[in-house]
This record gives sequence, structure tokens and C-alpha cells, in this order.
Amino acid sequence: MNSQWEPVIGIEVHVQLATQSKIFSNAPVEFGSEPNVNANLVDVAMPGALPVLNEDAVRMALKFGLAIEAEIAERCVFDRKNYFYPDLPKGYQISQFASPIVGRGELDVHLDDGSVQSIGITRAHLEEDAGKSIHDRFAQHTGIDLNRAGTPLLEIVTEPDMRSAAQAAACFRQLHGLVRWLQICDGNLAEGSMRCDANVSVRRSGESAFGERTEIKNINSFRFVERAVNYEIDRQIDVLESGGVVVRETRQYDADRDRTYSMRSKELSDDYRYFPDPDLLPLQLTADMLEAVKESMPELPREKLARYAQEHELPPATAVRLTRDFDLASIFDKTTDLGGDAQLVANWLLGDIAASLRREDKTYAELPLTAQQLADLVKRIHDGTLSSTLAKEVFEFAWSTEDSIDAIINERGLQQVSDQDELTALVQGIVDSHPAQVAQIHAGQTKVVGFLVGQVMKQSQGKADPKQVNALLRQMLNI
Amino acid sequence: MKPYAGLRELTQGLRSKAFSTVELTQFYLDRIHRLNERLNCFITVDDEAALERAKLADQRLSQTDVPRLCGIPIAHKDLFCTKGLRTTCASRTLASFVAPYDATVVRQTSAAGANMLGKTNMDEFAMGSSNETSYFGPVSNPWDATRSPGGSSGGSAAAVAAGLVPFATGTDTGGSIRQPAGLCGVTGLKPTYGRVSRFGMIAFASSLDQGGPVAHSVEDAYELLRAMEGYDPADSTSANVEPTALPATHENLVIGYPEALFDGLDAEFSSAIDAARGRFEALGHSIKTIELPHVDAAIAAYYVLSGAEASTNLARYDGVRYGHRSGDQNDLADMYRSSRSEGFGLEVKRRILTGTYSLSVGYFDAYYLKAQKVRRLVRDGFLAAFADVDLILAPVAPTPAFELGSLKADPVQMYRQDIYTIPVSLAGLPGLSMPCGFVDGLPIGMQLIGKHFEEGKVLAAGMAYQQETNWHEQHPALGDESVA
Repeated sequence: MNSQWEPVIGIEVHVQLATQSKIFSNAPVEFGSEPNVNANLVDVAMPGALPVLNEDAVRMALKFGLAIEAEIAERCVFDRKNYFYPDLPKGYQISQFASPIVGRGELDVHLDDGSVQSIGITRAHLEEDAGKSIHDRFAQHTGIDLNRAGTPLLEIVTEPDMRSAAQAAACFRQLHGLVRWLQICDGNLAEGSMRCDANVSVRRSGESAFGERTEIKNINSFRFVERAVNYEIDRQIDVLESGGVVVRETRQYDADRDRTYSMRSKELSDDYRYFPDPDLLPLQLTADMLEAVKESMPELPREKLARYAQEHELPPATAVRLTRDFDLASIFDKTTDLGGDAQLVANWLLGDIAASLRREDKTYAELPLTAQQLADLVKRIHDGTLSSTLAKEVFEFAWSTEDSIDAIINERGLQQVSDQDELTALVQGIVDSHPAQVAQIHAGQTKVVGFLVGQVMKQSQGKADPKQVNALLRQMLNI
Repeated sequence: MKPYAGLRELTQGLRSKAFSTVELTQFYLDRIHRLNERLNCFITVDDEAALERAKLADQRLSQTDVPRLCGIPIAHKDLFCTKGLRTTCASRTLASFVAPYDATVVRQTSAAGANMLGKTNMDEFAMGSSNETSYFGPVSNPWDATRSPGGSSGGSAAAVAAGLVPFATGTDTGGSIRQPAGLCGVTGLKPTYGRVSRFGMIAFASSLDQGGPVAHSVEDAYELLRAMEGYDPADSTSANVEPTALPATHENLVIGYPEALFDGLDAEFSSAIDAARGRFEALGHSIKTIELPHVDAAIAAYYVLSGAEASTNLARYDGVRYGHRSGDQNDLADMYRSSRSEGFGLEVKRRILTGTYSLSVGYFDAYYLKAQKVRRLVRDGFLAAFADVDLILAPVAPTPAFELGSLKADPVQMYRQDIYTIPVSLAGLPGLSMPCGFVDGLPIGMQLIGKHFEEGKVLAAGMAYQQETNWHEQHPALGDESVA
């Protein structure tokens, strides 16, 4: 990137709330059903049908608002956003314009370099999703599937506080983690449960006014957010440096070609004729309702973060990684409650376990290992029963059985050999059979000790304690 | 059988087996078929199903637990959705629309035993005060077929006035029950906003629309209201209040008389109202002159707000999922344009256009927001007046029934038909319209307005008035009186 230019980015994230039924009807919210089976009178906008607000959607929005310590309106209003489109059955979308349920708040975004950036949340409002137009199923005709119509969405809008594509992606990731943490969204990006729009502009470094912005619509992965924003930043700089002007418009990101392209110009801004929906009364949020929501909320990431640092003395970076995922943090809590050493538990969860999950395309919620198994595994490492090599072997078995760690160790004879006599004999054998290496060591090539340690470990099938072996070798060879 | 029999007489006749439900139903169906051509009160008559239901009603009548309105014929304004029977809203766009469900009002009146004979004509999408905007042609006033029955519930009011049904449902947004009731010499009630569920009632202006009864008497209107009202979780604006109950004993009330409202009325009109005043005083009530500020601004505010709501309520009629879809289309925008241009009549288009305008960027504050402010002031004015009085007496309409076609070309004059009913609608109050005399052989009505959810008081005062008068027992000469 060109350092003469400073990008300014804000994002809008549509979060599909994990309610059982739709936001204004009692039709179920389900992904992948046959077209139009989940659309009832209200969803198809039958004449005479009326919306009734789903209070679960309200509670979920409030959870988010409370989690970011946002201003929460005592009274908020649902508005009609009017436009014609075939998959918008009423000819308007019920949304919130003038008075969103969640107002100004702050989100701590943890960046990859370990730093924390506070991003302003402008607002978050409730609205209904539209249906889907299907263009590839009928010759000469477009099909309309209204299963998605009326799905509850929370649209979260940030301030233009981000200055790089990486920050924008991190912010999206942070929001993703938070809504999953709060269990208000399944976070399934592939199914469109979260979609990100990015507003991007650039200005000359040092300038205070914002440049003209473009909006990139419907980006559905963290990586694509970063790539799309980077592409757009470069494109805008190119335009400006070649004497052109950035046109206010909506753009689409094409992941295959890694570029954005123009969808429609926004020069003439759309007039949605917002006004309060007379079919819905203003929503009054009572102190009791807020209190009840508060009580139903899990310990928040930032609260856990503080606790991990204090109770377990974990390094901040580790604590941040543990609190990115609700299920991960839950397992960590359960395992440490069972007496597992915090640092070791964290290492396993973020290391081997993370790798195994990735390999099997599983989430922490689907972890085959129980907290008890993990706690015992860590305990046996801590008390020296298992070397790290042996521990990995035990872990592999634990991954696919429900047997206790001790049962696995005993049945398969995987405990570490730490008996001094046994070890001494083992080491002596290796020293005797490797005179050349011993000579090298005596000639000053002390690195060769490592080779001999390896031979002992191999001989012991990994059961020897490498530390003890190292010490014994050095003792025998007088180095 | 008498075409103008009240509910009490009909119920008695059915329960004493003086006549059967099938006979009663056939009697009214015959009348409908004889007179509807002339009056055009009905858009759809459901003979076969009505007679089938009548047979079932006769069976029920000989069982225990007979529902209150068992076997009594009813007609529904053609904007209440009826499962399996088309609901047109008197519009081309819904001319062949068959709803897959019953409106709450339809479900409840059916549960109370009432037997639907058909769907009544109305102004298209309830937009109009003359019934001339109907795609199915205007309704004639039974008192003079060259005149309008008023609107938009003109079909319901005329059907009751002509003795085609004992009672009917209507809806009132700015006067659509009260003004036609007044022009047809029948009794109609617009309940407090929220008392009757709007679920399944095709919307014109959601914040004002309210279903209510049209009947021969206050007593019958009350009986029908009892079947229509009630909290409905499917309508978020439905009020969870006690059902309407009449006061146990007679109360001497203070009736407010907003003098300024009566200023513009003709002398004959005024003397009828004066006589009604005297009647109320004779019943023990006292009359107190009051002022109602801001009502002169109410019409303008009403047409801004109702138009704004209508413009988006009617956006769903796009030809995509149901309703009229033009055969003449090249692309999506074209499909919308031609379907809606062909589907809607002139008055509906006028309201959509003005409503869209008043919600647009740059005009929203000057029109929509200002109209909301006026609405609040009108409401506050009523509430202030109600601090001193129990009821308010007002005219229903500025004139008796006018010639069909006479106001069609002048929307502003047409809009003035609702000058006395619109303020009540903006305030969300209950308003009872009942006949109080005749001018040039045409019935005229008056309006009793109550506090929010105090229909009981309004109805009790109306009933007492009708016990002392017989205006509501006058019926038009239809050349049909020898029948049965």
C-alpha cells in the first residue's frame, strides 16, 4: 500500500439471529428446506396478514447490546423501508431506522499482533430478511423462494474506525466470535448466517475529511473481507492518483477473480420512504426485561479474559485466543476446574487439539475428547508419567475412545520409563554401540549428544524421559 | 318473515321453530336476488354454502349450548378475508383472489353462529365516501336509487337498510361505517381503535382501520360487536381490554355539544339534531357546550396519514404472488407498472401517489410529521373535552345522501363528507352513528362519541334514545313490501 494514502473503513454486519421462528411470524427458520415450505400467511404478505414481533429476537438483540455495553433505548420503533422487489413480498422491509434497539457502544477488537483496538459500534438494529430470487431453475422465469423472508437479522454498524483491511477483517472476526459466544447466531458463514458489508474510502495522509466511499456488499468470510477491502483500497488510490474521482456506489466482491466490481451507482440516493410501521406498536423495553436478559447471559469474553489473566496468570495473547470461541473457553474452564494446569491445558487446546479439529473439520463444540480426559492427560504430563511424545500417543487414543487416560496408559504400557537403573542400562547400551559418535563428542562436537538422546528414545519406544536421558548421557561422557 | 326484523325477533323465531334457519336463509337470499341488481349491495353471494350452513344451524338449534347468533344471516364487507370465498376489496387487482384463511372477525362471528350470505360491495380498498370507486360498480341508496349510500361500507349499510340481511360487518377508517349508516338510515358503530382485530381485514390505513357492526338498531349493533371484538394476539395493535359491557343501571350523563361543528348545517338538519338534544335531556342527560380545537385541520391530516399508510400497504399488490398480473409485460418494472396500473382504480392511485409523495425525502417533515402532530392535537383536544363530559354529540355527515356522480369529479368535496367522522378516527375513539330524522325524505344521522373503550356508555345512551324514537324503524319503500 501507498503510505501517502490512509484508508478509512467501517463495516456493517448482518447477523442472522438463532431464533426458532421468524421475526414477525411463527413460521420456522430452517436452512435448506424445499422452497416456500417455511413461508406462512405473514411471510408471503397475504392481504390482511399482520406482523407480530418475536420476543426472542428482541432478547438476542439486547444480549448483544449489553455485551458491548451499548446504549439501549427504552422505547424503539419499527419502520417500513419501502422498495419494490419480487422477493420482498410486502413491498417494504420492516426495519429500524430512526430509533434502533441498540445504540452507541464499543467493541474491543484483538488484532493478530496482540494489540487491542477499540472500535465504535454506531448502532445495531433489528430487521427482517427478504426472500430469494432463483434465476437458474426455470427457463424464461425467475422463481421466488420465501423461506428466508422474515428471518430475523441484527444489523450491526460500526464507526469508520478501521484503517486497514486487516483491522476490518479482525473486527468481523471479533463480532463473529461474540455473537456465537452469546449464542444469538450460529455463525455459519457458508450458509449466510453472517454477511459483511464494508464501506471503504481513502484520503491523503494527514487529511481530516473523509474521501468518497464505496460499499462492498455481502462478503461472507474473514479472508475475503481482507482481500476485498485491500483490492478496493488499491483501486481507489489508482483512480485518485490518475486524476479520477471515486464514485459513490455499491460494489460486489468476486472471490474467484479477487476483485470488486460495480453493482449500481448511488449518486441518486435511494428514497426508502421510511416511516413507523403502524402494524407494530413501539417496543417498550422495561428494566425488568433488561435484567432478565442480563441474568441469562454467559460470562463475557472480556470478563473471562480478565479472570484468566488473574486466576491462571496466563499470558494475554493466550487468554485472547482462548476467549475467541465460546466452546473453547468452556472446555478450558471445565478442564481447569477439574485440576488441569492452566498453561498446559491452554497449550493443548490451542495446539494439538486445534490441529486435530482442523484436520477433521470440527469445531470445539464437537471435540471428541472430554474435559476429564484432557484434565487427566495434563495431570499425567505434569507428574512425569508421560513424556510429551507419549502424551501425544495417549492423546491419539483418547481422541477415538472414551476410556480414561489412566486406562489407556496402563493398557498400552505407555508410561514413561523413569526408573534410574533401567534408564542407565538403556543409555549405557547406546553409548557402547556408538563409539564413533562418542569420539566426536569427546572431540568437542557436543551437538552429537542430541543424536544419542534420539537413539535412546527410539530404543525405548519413546517411553524414556528425554530430560533424564540427556542428563545421564552427559554424566557418562563427562561433558 | 319480515325483512326488517331485529335480532331478538329472529332468534325467538328460530328457537321457537316459528321458522327454520333454512327458511330464514332462503328468505334473505331471495330478497338479495330480487333487489341486488337494483342496489348492487353484494359483490358475491354464497347461496349454496349458506344453505348448507343453515342446515347445520338447524341441527344445532335443537341441541344444547346453542351459540348466541346461531342461524342469523350476516354479510361481511368484502375486505374481510373468507377462506374459500373470494375477497375482492372491490378492486380489479383482487377480483379473483381467494384467501386461504378467515379473518378473525369472520372466524369469531361464525363461531358465534352467524351464517354468512355473502360479501358486500364497498369503495375500492375502502377508499371513498360514496361507494362509487368500486370495481364492481356503485351501490345505490335504498331510499333513492339515484343517490349514493355513502362509503366505504356502502354495501353493508345499504344491504341492512334494504332488509337484505339483519346485520353486516363494516370497517371504518375515517367514517366508512358511520357515514353510510347515516346516509342509509341504519345504525353503525366504529369501535375504539384496537377493540376489533384487524387480522384478515385487508388494510387501507393500519393506524385508523377498525371493524364494526352495521345493524337496524343499537341493540343489534351491540350484539354483533360482542361477536366481533376481543383481544387477538395475531394483531399487535389489538387491545387486551374487557369486552364491551352495558352499564347495569341508567346513568345521567353529561353530553358535550361542540357548537361550532353544527354551524354549517342546513336548518332542517339542525332542527333534527336539536330535537335529539331535547330527547337526551328528557332521558336525564345534561348538555354542555364544548369546544373541539383543531378539528378543522383533521381532514388534511387524515388524508396525509391514511394516504401514506395506504401507499405502502398496497405495495404488496404487485402481481407476483396473487392478484392481477398484467399479461402485457416486457420486464420486471413493466410487470409492476402495468399490473398496478390495470389493477387499481383512479381514487386508489390518487391516494397511493399522494401518500408516496408525503413520505418522500424532503416532504416527510412538512406532510407526514406535521400531520402526526395535528393528529396528536386532535386527540388531545378530545381528551381535554372528555375531562368534563361523558359523551359528545356530533353530526355524522354534512348532507343527506347525495346524487351518484355529483361529487365524483371533486375529490375535495367528497373528502368533506367525512368532516365529522375523521377527527374521531384520528383520536381512535368509538363513534356511534344512528338515524335521527329525515331531510327531503332522506334519512340523516347523528353521532355519539365516547371515551376510549367506553362503548358501553355510548351504546346505552343510543339504546335509550332508540327506545324513545322510531327513526331507526323507518324503512325505504322498495316496492317489495308485500313479500312474505
